[in-house]
Amino acid sequence: MLLIESSRGDGLFYCLSPLLLFTVPGIPGQDRQQSRIYMDFDFEYFGLLFLGGLTRGSIYALIALGYTMVYGIIGLINFAHGEIYMIGAFTGLIIASVLTMAGFPTLAVAILAGMAAIVYSCAYGVTMERIAYKPLRNAPRLSALISAIGMSLFLQNYVLLAQTSDFLPFPSLIPDFEFWEPYAHILTSPELVIIITTVVVMILLTLLIQFTKIGKAMRATSQDKMMAALLGINVDRVISVTFIVGSATAAIGGILIASHIGQINFYMGFIAGIKAFVAAVLGGIGSIPGAVLGALVLGWTESFFTGYISSDYEDVFAFLFLVVILIFRPSGILGRSETKKV
Amino acid sequence: MKPILEVKNMTMDFGGLRAIDDLNLFINKGEIVALIGPNGAGKTTFFNCITGIYPPTSGDVFINPQGKQERINGLKTNVVTRKGLARTFQNIRIFTSMTVLENVMVGCHAVTKTGVIGAIFRGKATQAEEKFIVEKSYEILKKIGLAKYVDELAINLPYGAQRLLEIARAMATDPFLLLLDEPAAGMNPQETSELDELILKIRDEEGISILLIEHDMKLVMSLSERIYVVDYGKKIGEGAPEEIRNNPMVIKAYLGEEIDA
Amino acid sequence: MTAKDEIKKSFLASIWFMFLTFPIMVIRVNTVTDTVEWRWYNMALVGIGAFLLSMLWRYLLKRQADGSKKEKTQGPGRVQQLLQKKEFFLPGIILLGCFTLLFPHVFSMYQTNIMISALIYVMLGLGLNIVIGLAGLLDLGYVAFFAVGAYSYALLNFHYGLVFWIALPLGGLLAALFGILLGYPVLRLRGDYLAIVTLGFGEIIRLVLQNWNDFSFGPSGIANIPKPGLPGMDLSLQGSTIFIFYIIVALVIFTIFVINRLENSRIGRAWIAMKDDEIACQAMGINKAKTKLRAFALGAMWAGMGGVVFAAKTTFINPASFTIWESVIILCTVVLGGMGSIAGVMSGALLLILLPEYLRDFGQFRMITFGTVLVLMMVFRPGGMIENVRKTYKFEKK
Repeated sequence: MLLIESSRGDGLFYCLSPLLLFTVPGIPGQDRQQSRIYMDFDFEYFGLLFLGGLTRGSIYALIALGYTMVYGIIGLINFAHGEIYMIGAFTGLIIASVLTMAGFPTLAVAILAGMAAIVYSCAYGVTMERIAYKPLRNAPRLSALISAIGMSLFLQNYVLLAQTSDFLPFPSLIPDFEFWEPYAHILTSPELVIIITTVVVMILLTLLIQFTKIGKAMRATSQDKMMAALLGINVDRVISVTFIVGSATAAIGGILIASHIGQINFYMGFIAGIKAFVAAVLGGIGSIPGAVLGALVLGWTESFFTGYISSDYEDVFAFLFLVVILIFRPSGILGRSETKKV
Repeated sequence: MKPILEVKNMTMDFGGLRAIDDLNLFINKGEIVALIGPNGAGKTTFFNCITGIYPPTSGDVFINPQGKQERINGLKTNVVTRKGLARTFQNIRIFTSMTVLENVMVGCHAVTKTGVIGAIFRGKATQAEEKFIVEKSYEILKKIGLAKYVDELAINLPYGAQRLLEIARAMATDPFLLLLDEPAAGMNPQETSELDELILKIRDEEGISILLIEHDMKLVMSLSERIYVVDYGKKIGEGAPEEIRNNPMVIKAYLGEEIDA
Repeated sequence: MTAKDEIKKSFLASIWFMFLTFPIMVIRVNTVTDTVEWRWYNMALVGIGAFLLSMLWRYLLKRQADGSKKEKTQGPGRVQQLLQKKEFFLPGIILLGCFTLLFPHVFSMYQTNIMISALIYVMLGLGLNIVIGLAGLLDLGYVAFFAVGAYSYALLNFHYGLVFWIALPLGGLLAALFGILLGYPVLRLRGDYLAIVTLGFGEIIRLVLQNWNDFSFGPSGIANIPKPGLPGMDLSLQGSTIFIFYIIVALVIFTIFVINRLENSRIGRAWIAMKDDEIACQAMGINKAKTKLRAFALGAMWAGMGGVVFAAKTTFINPASFTIWESVIILCTVVLGGMGSIAGVMSGALLLILLPEYLRDFGQFRMITFGTVLVLMMVFRPGGMIENVRKTYKFEKK
């Protein structure tokens, strides 16, 4: 059936709806250090939460991109994607530690470790695809999902066994910029770097998808794999490239968050993965701008709920919000309503 | 006698695209009526609107099987089926995990009522109903000519047989009007002439009226008592087969204009 | 492909894996002492292992590809055919029955407890099979209903002193109610959207249980949940364990019976039709919404009852037992075993629960083996262990 594409207008509504929270000023906070009832609107606090949510959302976006791209191409929820993010962080840490001990200057360490993380995450992504997903391209969807789950388990425990179950401290690779000092109390330098990096990645990704030959091939393959193959597109290569790009963005996310939080652990990919997946679905899985939008919405929702209502139920609110959105827009904010001819 | 199906001023818009434009149509009891037109003319969309897949943007659909007129536009598909309108699909939509018999048994869902309690306890009433379903389904398969495939998995059937299975399944819902969407598509001449006989038999023996979408002109001309022609969602012709055959607008729609060289 | 090509390919694979695993396997950084450990033996291990395994991998894949080239029209698989033979089925059941009756007396209490767990998962798998295998609804939050059952027994007992026997059907009923509650908002969702929302629901339930201290006692959970007993029974630990074993066996039999009846009824056909083609099923007069809700409710019921038994068995529950991973495990039992077939789900559950228990010898390698098994099973047998073809209705001409 040819479903009607709803107008973009209501998509915009749902994005802005978290801001409805702020039509109700004066909500007393529960878990804050100073319990004050706000008589007028505290812009600084709002700004803090807004930017905090922006930062969170940026990290989710970097991971969500991988989810959405892989789903768009092969229709698989790559459960193990979170582990790619984790491996990126670990590889970064390992290389950074080795280089630092060898006496390299901090900037070089940061750059080299970052590059190593990206390279290795891409390598793991491609290998993962070849082993666990390629043989299942024509199998029932659930089988591929289980395989992804198995892969996720495998990679988590692989890192656990080969490294450690401890939380490893991650050096802060991002320096505090001097020119940013005056604003550092609202947004720290690492947070600024995260946001800017995400924006840059988004721009590069859009350029890739829209203007390069491989990008065109990716778009074609995601719409009709068989037809793309018949037109001479090397579908295997396109899928590998998709995994590479997705893994790269996840790795960048991994390094940035590790720098920001200061520690990593073999389990970090699981939770972040779930959140990022929620974000991708929220924005409309298969849609790249959707993934970013969903991630930002999720980041802001979490930030504002934590800041204004309660931090205990943070995840609950995020999921509830997702449910509400999907009830009114079953294919996500920017999702393509799947057209099916009757 | 009021028509058993009456469509008044139906319009269907998909965003900016007008798929059906102010279409009027009616079917009397016992008729075989055809809906023809070039590809993309809106015929299947028309079926979809009538059967509740999506409601028309404007216009009304009335049914009148037993003298009481009822408006059905806007009702859900399963409700429309229970009111007595059954349809087949242009792209075959048989139930692939089921056998031929089971496919038809599903069709009986519309006329049976065993629920969860009945299913679990399987009392006398449930057993009787199951027996009824099986027998009725087998009878239909015999009438359609698919009895030999009874336990075969539906997807293993040859293409023509699958099309027939769709018809069998639709008949199990006890319709007063059967909407057939390109039933002869992909059939060879032998199968098509068998289909011709079958459709007549369905109308004559079961008393089911037929509205069919078809491209096979031989079948259309042979079977139909009246024909509606649509192009770009608009009705461009209506009448008996001979009239339609010679209608210049119809010819133009299918073959294009004559070029005076 | 010549032997030389094979060797070259495996050699390249070996090099690739040595490169790939280099940072994580070879280097170990100790940030406390600021030292780096270089484990070159790992690299050798990876190199050789990758070489051999890649050969094996390609061989197995090729064999699978050759096998599937033979034209096969679908039909019941070998195991199913075996099960349908009267000569095999009847004696098999009798044997199984004897084995089950004697089990707790022959094996230790530890083994019996494991078997009870496994049987609870069998019940859960069978229930989820209704939702996923029959109705085609991808529910990733099934554990929520399990939690509802467990907590309903714990709380009803705590507040009102309700005994096990009353809590059992009540737990099932409550879970079914939640099934409808959860099912209603997701009626319009398809496929992966459904999956993520149900996953979300599962997490919401767990988080609420964890944080709403007044209601559910939060992360500390509820303890001293009484084991089941009959009036006049005075049971030792071993006695009550054996008693629970028989209870769960009876419940599993009951579950199989009811689900079998449902599957081969008008209701079951409606589910399967809906799974095959939502639009065509509506054209048959099937009310899609009602059918979906029915699937959710009837599927959830078994999880609820399983939850009650779980609470009785462990006598202590807390939210940590009801995470996403539980949903994942239950999902795996269904898919691994072969969706849609009761025998398949049962074998999947037994395999999945018993395997890690017996893998305990592997110690720390348990989970990684588990993950590997999942991947391998799916790559080489994506239809599950027992072929994914349901037993169809056989027409008997009178």
